[in-house]
Amino acid sequence: MKNELKADVAIIGGGLVGLTLGRALALRGIAACVIDRQPLEIMTDAAYDGRGSAIALGSQQLLDSLGLWADMAAQAGPILDIRVSDGDSRLFLHYDHREIGSDPMGWIVENTVTRRVLAKAAGETGGLTVIAPAAVERLERGAGRVVAHLSDGRTIRAALAVAADGKQSPTREAAGIRATRWDYPQTGIVCSVSLERPHRGIAHERFLPAGPFALLPMTGIPGHPHRASIVWTERQALAPAMLALDDADFSIEMNRRFGDYYGRLTLLGRRWSYPLSLLLASRTTDHRLALIGDAAHAIHPIAGQGLNLGLRDIAVLADILGEAQGLGLDLGDKSLLDEYARRRRVDTLGLIAATDGLNRLFSNDLAPVRLARRLGLATVNRLPPLKHLFMRHAMGTMGGSLGMLLGQGPR
Amino acid sequence: MNTTVDPQEIAQFAAIADAWWDPDGAFRPLHRLNPVRLRYIRDRLCAHFWLDAQAPKPLAGLRLIDIGCGGGLLCEPLTRMGATVTGIDAAAEGIAAAKAHAEEAGLAIDYRAVAAETLVAAGETFDAVISMEVLEHVSDVSAFLAACRDLTRPGGAMALSTLNRTPKSYLMAIVGAEYVLRWLPRGTHNWKKFIRPSELAALLRRQGLELVDLTGIEYSPLTDRFSAGPKLEVNYMAFAARP
Repeated sequence: MKNELKADVAIIGGGLVGLTLGRALALRGIAACVIDRQPLEIMTDAAYDGRGSAIALGSQQLLDSLGLWADMAAQAGPILDIRVSDGDSRLFLHYDHREIGSDPMGWIVENTVTRRVLAKAAGETGGLTVIAPAAVERLERGAGRVVAHLSDGRTIRAALAVAADGKQSPTREAAGIRATRWDYPQTGIVCSVSLERPHRGIAHERFLPAGPFALLPMTGIPGHPHRASIVWTERQALAPAMLALDDADFSIEMNRRFGDYYGRLTLLGRRWSYPLSLLLASRTTDHRLALIGDAAHAIHPIAGQGLNLGLRDIAVLADILGEAQGLGLDLGDKSLLDEYARRRRVDTLGLIAATDGLNRLFSNDLAPVRLARRLGLATVNRLPPLKHLFMRHAMGTMGGSLGMLLGQGPR
Repeated sequence: MNTTVDPQEIAQFAAIADAWWDPDGAFRPLHRLNPVRLRYIRDRLCAHFWLDAQAPKPLAGLRLIDIGCGGGLLCEPLTRMGATVTGIDAAAEGIAAAKAHAEEAGLAIDYRAVAAETLVAAGETFDAVISMEVLEHVSDVSAFLAACRDLTRPGGAMALSTLNRTPKSYLMAIVGAEYVLRWLPRGTHNWKKFIRPSELAALLRRQGLELVDLTGIEYSPLTDRFSAGPKLEVNYMAFAARP
């Protein structure tokens, strides 16, 4: 076994964002090495991750440009409409994609599907090396290079290290970058369901006192033509009891919360639960180190923007590094990292404030707040320009940097 | 030997040699300028030598010399782009900093603390000579350009950059950069040594060189960004060919 590997960029973490960045860099002629503690086969197993992710239009364009979307498309449920309703109110906010263009507003893709496509693509990408399972025991960041010392005794020498190792990011911690964390007293319960009637591509988000309850349209499977993913936000204190219910009682609770828009919801497979928290690293770069995805910012999943935010990190970082590579610049150069931090700051802070604010506004049962948000929803619905703004934000085409990468100006 | 090195100018740069690779240090403007200069050099050299600028190693096969290389801000990227690079500077401190940095980065660059005239006397030639932000610091521009020409093989090329002598360049490079923004140590530049594009064109012609292109470098204080453009009033780059 060769003991020292050389790459241009060492990516720590082979999850959704780590592998996507590896692919994006390799396609730009930058040698990338992705390291993960777990073998990729475990991460692509259906039992590893029960969540689905909303892929905004801008993210889909990025995945398409990386040659990944073609393999995901058949298993991506398009979101044609978004309906937001408040508790028992009859008033709701309705976003129809036809109001702003012919493309869907986004897609729901199971993370397992995305992981499989990424793992397959990684094996076929020249210039991309995946080392898994192996842990980075120590990351030495010198004046002119970084050296990652792996648990199997190997070392990787590169110009830049990228931390894509998730919300708990050991790389971020070891670098001494502080992170601010808010824990919501909420738990996300996630499962797949079969519907009696077609969902017609409508993503439905109901704001209940415990938090948002979302039904996201998925592609059908044999025997279950109308399938959806449920993201049920529950009070932390109540969640364990819900999760402990048997399937029949769990289904009753679930149906009671969502209502009968599509007939009965039948549970498919197992349920997962995730504590909800928001995390923001105090800075996204350090000497020869960049943070991407959840390592830099993990947001409340209310708007389904977590993966989209990570993909936008990738779009910007790959853009900057690709340009620098073409000019022979040192990829760990501080001016490049400063540029990355500068271009990502506004987008990240904006989304965190928006999703946190939405959650605080809607997870509230006070009568005046309920009235205000009901009127608010109805008002937004009656003001087309304001609605278009909300819709474009949800579709992710407003982020200027991604737009530029994809060759389209801000719309 | 007679050289075009100005001892006072060299002492000025030697005093801050350690700072060459600090992007927020004394050489911050050069770090900011670097992408613009490198893109110009790469694209012009590729056009001149019929190379593919989009290739992974666009400058592969070219032997280049960077005169007044300082800490190696241009030499290292040019080497990564595939060129075989010699970097010379009259300030030994700069060369020492450049050698140490290249070693750390694992790049093979031939750094020497000599004057251009020394290499001319030794009969060395290169595919192209690069000398950026140097003309305004030498004691005799005409003699310096003659040395540059002698180091360029027939059929080769030369990429230069310098500051124009205009009221705006006085405001930007001296008042702005040295006094207001404190980007550069006071006394870095002497406005009277700045060169007008017309003067440079005439000097190049006198040395038997063909001026191929003049491109301005524009600075936008709002975005803190340099970009290439048609305005030559402050900083500009020139590309010349030796027939």
